Amino acid sequence: MSSQEVQEKVIGIIADQLGVDANTITRDTDIANDLGADSLDFAELMIVFEEKFDIDIVEEDAQNITTVGQVIDNIEKQINSK
Amino acid sequence: MPKRVVVTGVGLVTPLGCRVEEVWKRLCAGESGVRAITEEALSVFRTKVAGLCDDFVPEDYVSVKDTRKLDRFTLFALASAVDAVRASGLDFSKEDPFRCGVITGCGVGGLGEITRQQDRLRGMGPGKISPYTIPKIMANAAPGQIAIHYGIHGSTYSIATACASANSAMSESFRAIRLGEADVVITGGTESAVTELGLSGFCAMRALSERETPPETASCPFDIKRDGFVIGEGAGILVFEELQHAQKRDAPILGEVLGYGATTDASHITQPDAEGIYPAEAMKAALRCASLAPEDLDYINLHGTATKLGDLAETSAIKRALGEYAYKIPMSSTKSHIGHLLGGSGGPEAIFSLLTIRDGIAPPTINLTEPDPACDLDYIPLEARPIKARRVMSNSFGFGGHNVCVIFGQYR
Repeated sequence: MSSQEVQEKVIGIIADQLGVDANTITRDTDIANDLGADSLDFAELMIVFEEKFDIDIVEEDAQNITTVGQVIDNIEKQINSK
Repeated sequence: MPKRVVVTGVGLVTPLGCRVEEVWKRLCAGESGVRAITEEALSVFRTKVAGLCDDFVPEDYVSVKDTRKLDRFTLFALASAVDAVRASGLDFSKEDPFRCGVITGCGVGGLGEITRQQDRLRGMGPGKISPYTIPKIMANAAPGQIAIHYGIHGSTYSIATACASANSAMSESFRAIRLGEADVVITGGTESAVTELGLSGFCAMRALSERETPPETASCPFDIKRDGFVIGEGAGILVFEELQHAQKRDAPILGEVLGYGATTDASHITQPDAEGIYPAEAMKAALRCASLAPEDLDYINLHGTATKLGDLAETSAIKRALGEYAYKIPMSSTKSHIGHLLGGSGGPEAIFSLLTIRDGIAPPTINLTEPDPACDLDYIPLEARPIKARRVMSNSFGFGGHNVCVIFGQYR
């Protein structure tokens, strides 16, 4: 999966889960502050990413994620190391 | 001086539809909302029919995002509340939010979600459980979400008395307004238990009808062929309001809440007492609360689930409570049309009771073609009947032995 594909898929999932327009989401978008996700929305998002990409986002990593770009980087790193 | 309590708006989600006037029309026309169970996961049980709310579109009421965070029973309640509040004309931004409340009934809560997450837990491990699980399955999610929707800050809670839950909720709501503790209470009941766990549990009790018959004829209260209830899902929500509060804002008044009575069998956790002693006491208590004599009642919306014992017990109870007048008063079970909505059932039944008063027509007990000789009252078989209904009683009895009767009256 190319970097571009990962980014598109991540943004698509976030847009769907949080009910926001995908065109407003960039790598710099803050999931909580910009998109209004609460702690439950955030935890659910991580589970959906894990399922859709068949990966595990470890708790320590998840705690440090705030932006969409950080999600993409985490997922890419895991896909590439498979 | 106790305050008077009126109903200023109603909304429902039922197997016969989700719009009050349409459901009412279909009910009086003798239609059934029961259908064959075609869902694969639900078709392995002994019972083959259910009352399902196929017309319900949650996205008409909440965002797609929120439909994932709310279990079906909460969506039913919220949608019904939105319709009820719209009908009442209430604008909560103009109300004292601490004088408004939400008290709704629900037997279990998010039964479907419990099973879904349990499957994930067993299949995928604890890390894959949705963080929405607990806020979705809790029975009080319904009043909680309704309160959030309207910014209501007074007393809100959920009551669980199984199939009497909605009537219990309406009783408490009536009391809160009557005692001056609240001006407006959103009340009623909701349930969504037509799930694998719900169906299998009730089947294991042999509580559900297993007859092989066209689905629309399966629910046959007081008929000799009855062999259990038909499970249904849905909600009925009502806006209870203090009379002067309603008058001040020129609210539409559908009817008045006159009283309630509640007792408990305290004998068996599920089996009703065949003599009907305690439900009779609940009816008598409701009459006392409303300062009425038996003859003042014009119609009863029955609990009438179509279980062998339950219908007999209710028949006995009515005779005990009303004496000779029991043979004169017309009554019907609307569960014959939509099945048994469990903790939600009292909600639509209260609404049907109020519409009986409004329109002077009592819906029939459909499928009552061969009356059980032991059930010898006037159940309005097969066809709706014009009646002058000034005061009506709605009965609900629940597992746990809860008997709750609510009396509604014409407003004047």
